[in-house]
Amino acid sequence: MSGDGAPDGKWVGQRIRRREDPPLITGRGRYTDDITLPGQLWMSIVRSPVAHARIGSIDKSAAEAAPGVHGVFTGEDLAGDFESPLPMAWVPPGIEIKTPEHWPLARGTVNHVGDPVALVVGEDRYAVADAAELVGVDYDELPVVVDMEAALEDGAPLVHESLGTNKSHEWSLGTEPDDLEAAFQQADVVVEQRIVNHRSAPAPIEPRAVLADYRAGDLTIYSATQIPHFLRLFLALALGMTEDKIRVIAPDVGGGFGGKLQIYGEEYLACALARRLNRPVKWVETRSEHMQVTHHGRDQVDYMRVGAKRDGTIVALHSRIFGDMGAYLMLLTPLIPELGAFVMSGCYKIPAVRVDVTGVFTNKTPTDAVRGAGRPEATHMIEVTLDKLAHELGMDRLELRRRNFIPKEDFPAEVAVGVIYDSGDYHGTLDKLLTKVDEQAIKAEAPEGIVRGVGYATYTEICGLAPSRIVGPSGLGLQAGLWESALVRVHITGGVTVYTGTSPHGQGIDTTFAQIVADRFGISPELVEVVHGDTGTGPQGLNTYGSRSLAVGGEAVVRATDKVVAKIKNVVANALEASPDDIELTGDKFAVRGSPDKGMTLAEAAGAAYIAESIPEDMEPGLEETAFYDPQNFVFPFGAHACVVDLDPETGKVSVVRYVAVDDCGPAINPMIIDGQVHGGVVHGIGQALYERIHFDEHGNLVTGTFVDYALPSAAEVPSFETDRTETPSPVNALGVKGVGEAGTIAASAAVTNAVIDALRQVGVDYIDMPLSPVRVWEAIQAAKGGVAA
Amino acid sequence: MSQTVPVRLVVNGEAHELEVEPRLLLVHALRDRLGLTGTHVGCDTSNCGACTVHLDGQAVKSCTVLTVQADGSEVTTIEGLGSPEKLHPVQEAFWEHHGLQCGYCTPGMIMAGADLLKRTPDPSEEEVRRALEGNLCRCTGYHNIVKAILDAAKSGDTGQVEEPEPSQEGREAAQEFASEGLGA
Repeated sequence: MSGDGAPDGKWVGQRIRRREDPPLITGRGRYTDDITLPGQLWMSIVRSPVAHARIGSIDKSAAEAAPGVHGVFTGEDLAGDFESPLPMAWVPPGIEIKTPEHWPLARGTVNHVGDPVALVVGEDRYAVADAAELVGVDYDELPVVVDMEAALEDGAPLVHESLGTNKSHEWSLGTEPDDLEAAFQQADVVVEQRIVNHRSAPAPIEPRAVLADYRAGDLTIYSATQIPHFLRLFLALALGMTEDKIRVIAPDVGGGFGGKLQIYGEEYLACALARRLNRPVKWVETRSEHMQVTHHGRDQVDYMRVGAKRDGTIVALHSRIFGDMGAYLMLLTPLIPELGAFVMSGCYKIPAVRVDVTGVFTNKTPTDAVRGAGRPEATHMIEVTLDKLAHELGMDRLELRRRNFIPKEDFPAEVAVGVIYDSGDYHGTLDKLLTKVDEQAIKAEAPEGIVRGVGYATYTEICGLAPSRIVGPSGLGLQAGLWESALVRVHITGGVTVYTGTSPHGQGIDTTFAQIVADRFGISPELVEVVHGDTGTGPQGLNTYGSRSLAVGGEAVVRATDKVVAKIKNVVANALEASPDDIELTGDKFAVRGSPDKGMTLAEAAGAAYIAESIPEDMEPGLEETAFYDPQNFVFPFGAHACVVDLDPETGKVSVVRYVAVDDCGPAINPMIIDGQVHGGVVHGIGQALYERIHFDEHGNLVTGTFVDYALPSAAEVPSFETDRTETPSPVNALGVKGVGEAGTIAASAAVTNAVIDALRQVGVDYIDMPLSPVRVWEAIQAAKGGVAA
Repeated sequence: MSQTVPVRLVVNGEAHELEVEPRLLLVHALRDRLGLTGTHVGCDTSNCGACTVHLDGQAVKSCTVLTVQADGSEVTTIEGLGSPEKLHPVQEAFWEHHGLQCGYCTPGMIMAGADLLKRTPDPSEEEVRRALEGNLCRCTGYHNIVKAILDAAKSGDTGQVEEPEPSQEGREAAQEFASEGLGA
């Protein structure tokens, strides 16, 4: 199948090959580091080797004298180059968030290993890396705090002396405390669990990269970013420029996973240097730097409490979340645990739900959004605790879930934390999952000497970020609206260019949008070009994260396209002397209903609109329209996943041997792309559950600083997957779509962990924290046996 | 570090003579000196495999080969494996089976896959997964990469996966380099 024809006349729903791929499979992609400009210089950063210190004297002389070096700069040297520090965008009304100043180069103190203290700019990437080693920095070391719970104790060393506390903020959502306790009084059984959701790295395979070019007052910056429009805004504020003088281009971007949903100091620095030196400046992150300074994700300690009636009816849920912010608050750092709070009810009808979040500073790399951003953590704590509750009640795990699912007929359904789930059919996805998973048979086939476990996770997530009225300054407190834009331009010969404000980096949005537009114009997707990731083209956009590109950006494309269609109908009606209301698209022609022979193709209508001699007198020539779409609500994808693990009790090694995912993200535009998103998301979640962990020692040294010690799963660690879908349309947008980029990650760590706990119950273990490494599993088994290890 | 040595390479059938620092990595010679930016760098510890190329017909991680070590060798990069007009079967299969998303690991994955099929024309899924152990992908979960390579193996070109033919000029240069031996 090469996807070159739409069998039933519709491109939406077809598994067509991606238009993005030909350059990428032949080495003709264009990532930031692939771009070289004449006269280009290189930048290298001198980073702190200690987690907390006052910066003493900095000796630049040896580095300045090194071959090929054009300059060495410290934070003080560049203090006049920036009018504002790096941004933090969440200001919730009525809540104080203690936000330390965070400059592109440290001023006065360093607060985590990797904090930048100076930079070298010079002729080539080797020369600046050499010279960076020659910069001598005196550090007057300060006490370090690494563990977030220790950081909250009286007398703990303070990360930021001036704040007087390590607590960044407290925030709560849901049922009032008295009502919550009254609800718990109704419970026959209450289970509690402390759950550590450990720190991990976004780890796209392309590290970050920046190339800044300043020419006579105009700045162009290429950056491996998910958010070019936000970057332009913040660069304008920091550099004292206006947005019209700045063009940000996100060329091909080699994955983001949240790690590139950020405004980074290196972006500011490259631009400041380009402006100072009048030469283009490039910086390319090494993997070691990525692990050290690109923001991390997760890192929560969660205290869960769930109360239920003897028959399994859940009556109350309380989640106390401690989130490790690291040393600074970056763009969305303190907001991430709160994103999980919005789906803390999971798929369940729970009358009383409360979430209390405490943010904590430590001398570690800042955290922020990583694929799922708060929702994998929330789903993990709900689903793992639900298994514990089922065990406590002596009830089947899935029966407990079914008993509490929000029924299909209740949607739209307001949950106790106050959000309104748009649509759902939780029984439907679980039923479909179970047609593929015969737990008894699977367990009966376990190899000799292996303990086999089966785990489940049902989830819903909050996507389609976001309705501006709900998340904006007077609502949740984001300092932005989160609508999306599209401009649809039909060219005179019938080709179409779509400019989207989203900024995809692997999601297949070009192909998906082309399918949507093709159907509405009666043309092949081959004739639709999609342009994104360049602030110099198209209207203002709000970019790609939070599974929003299709549900928000796609709907903007639909609306712009429909405006064009309305104009086409007027052009055609005028030509055919018919009423525009009678014109409809049949095949490839806009024609009078019932007379499909007489009509105009898109190209003919475009020709008429541009030549403009036979269009209605009051009509503007040309054929293009812009739409800005602000959703009325979020969308809530959901699903049911099952994982089968084989556990070797002698070694503690866990292998995922089967993984089945049934997801519902509304009607599929391109099922192939949806499956691909699920596969990648699931492996990200398997990585979290079994392999990946960012670890700092007690001095704040990063122990897992490369891909040697940070174990990204390889093909050899994971199986092939079984995926399927149900399609429950969202009432929020015309396509009924919900987004699927984060779904796999949100479900997977819970499904894997529940499978491992299912296996371990046979040897007496009823809970274990991730990552489920062989040594940790083995120790849990020994402890359960009453052995010495624990 | 300003001392340089001459190095001769045949890359994708074309002969090149370069003056390089002895420490210059092959991947940087390919990218920065020859403009072949299809070969990517994703780590600094030889774990991710984004930089995989074929050196004298064998897959190597070009971030772990010094350019001087490749003196006198033939190198095939992703740009030389197939062209947009005439795709290599592994490239075709990656497109067909959605074996890529962001595309950054893809050149290395394709070069590793092509190398596997040359050595093992009809691999099992297990063999494909083991062969890809040194190539990391964050997007795809590997499912469709594995499927693509298994399908390329079935395409009938099994075992016939050829390096691109060197040009006449390149062939002569290679013979000349070979007769002179390594080093300069």
